[in-house]
Amino acid sequence: MTDFGSASIPAVGPDDHVAGAGEGLVVYADLGCPRCAGAWQRLREHPGRLVFRHFPLASKHPRSPVLHAAAEAAGRQGQFFEMVDSLYADRGRVDDPHLWERAERFGLDLDRFEADRRSAEVEARVRRDFESGIRAGVGSTPALFKEQGERLPSASA
Amino acid sequence: MIAVGEKAPDFTLRNQDGEKVSLADFRGRKVMLVFYPGDFSPVCGDQLSIYQEVKPEIEAKGVELVGISVDSFFAHKAFQEKLGIDTTLLSDFEPKGDVARAYGSYVDAPLGFANRTLVLVDEEGVVAWTYESPNPGEFPGANVIFDALS
Repeated sequence: MTDFGSASIPAVGPDDHVAGAGEGLVVYADLGCPRCAGAWQRLREHPGRLVFRHFPLASKHPRSPVLHAAAEAAGRQGQFFEMVDSLYADRGRVDDPHLWERAERFGLDLDRFEADRRSAEVEARVRRDFESGIRAGVGSTPALFKEQGERLPSASA
Repeated sequence: MIAVGEKAPDFTLRNQDGEKVSLADFRGRKVMLVFYPGDFSPVCGDQLSIYQEVKPEIEAKGVELVGISVDSFFAHKAFQEKLGIDTTLLSDFEPKGDVARAYGSYVDAPLGFANRTLVLVDEEGVVAWTYESPNPGEFPGANVIFDALS
């Protein structure tokens, strides 16, 4: 039985999505969340390394699971942050044709992108981040943590 | 706040569909009462959305989630639809906040609504665990519920 009792955020691992270098900031974010979109530009300007963790709230943002799967699939071809940047920058264009257009623009293998974003493996990868956020007490997005696990106030997003 | 070990005060309130629901209806099952300030406030929406995401895992532990606020059942229905949740929401509307008061969750005027409190009622109708937020602007993450159930 799955249990989501309290636990610190997991240490940054080799399959985390990391941009930049230096002191780390871990963000649990929802790609369908307008607050996250509003904060994203500032988060991207974080002077250290930025670690993105998936936190899709499907009930609140029904399109979120699809967007997180698309970002994860793009990441499998080295374009994770390009996809995330684009999804946050253009929130009105998130239907499948818009995702395909982005995949082509980023030079992705479209067939592979399609297979990956619908795969159980990608779904499990997104869920892994989500569950770690639940265990760390994430209640709204974006939720920020120092890499060592200390929670930062949401106003700092 | 009501104390652990006390008998949970019974109540009969209307749910989001206008149907009467009593605490006694849950006898033989565990129920987590989620008192919250009000429908459509940003924090409340986050709280209930998060709980919705892990509701199957909570139910797998034999616990039913029930939200309670002072809003009307019409508002509850609209709120439920807006959030895309199916958690039962009970209307502590008239006399306003009586159930929240009975559980020691009510915050008097000028606020006039329940603080964010969780009350786990066991199969026998006895309070098994409680949590009270330091203020209505903060809510317990779902991890707190799982900690209580472990």
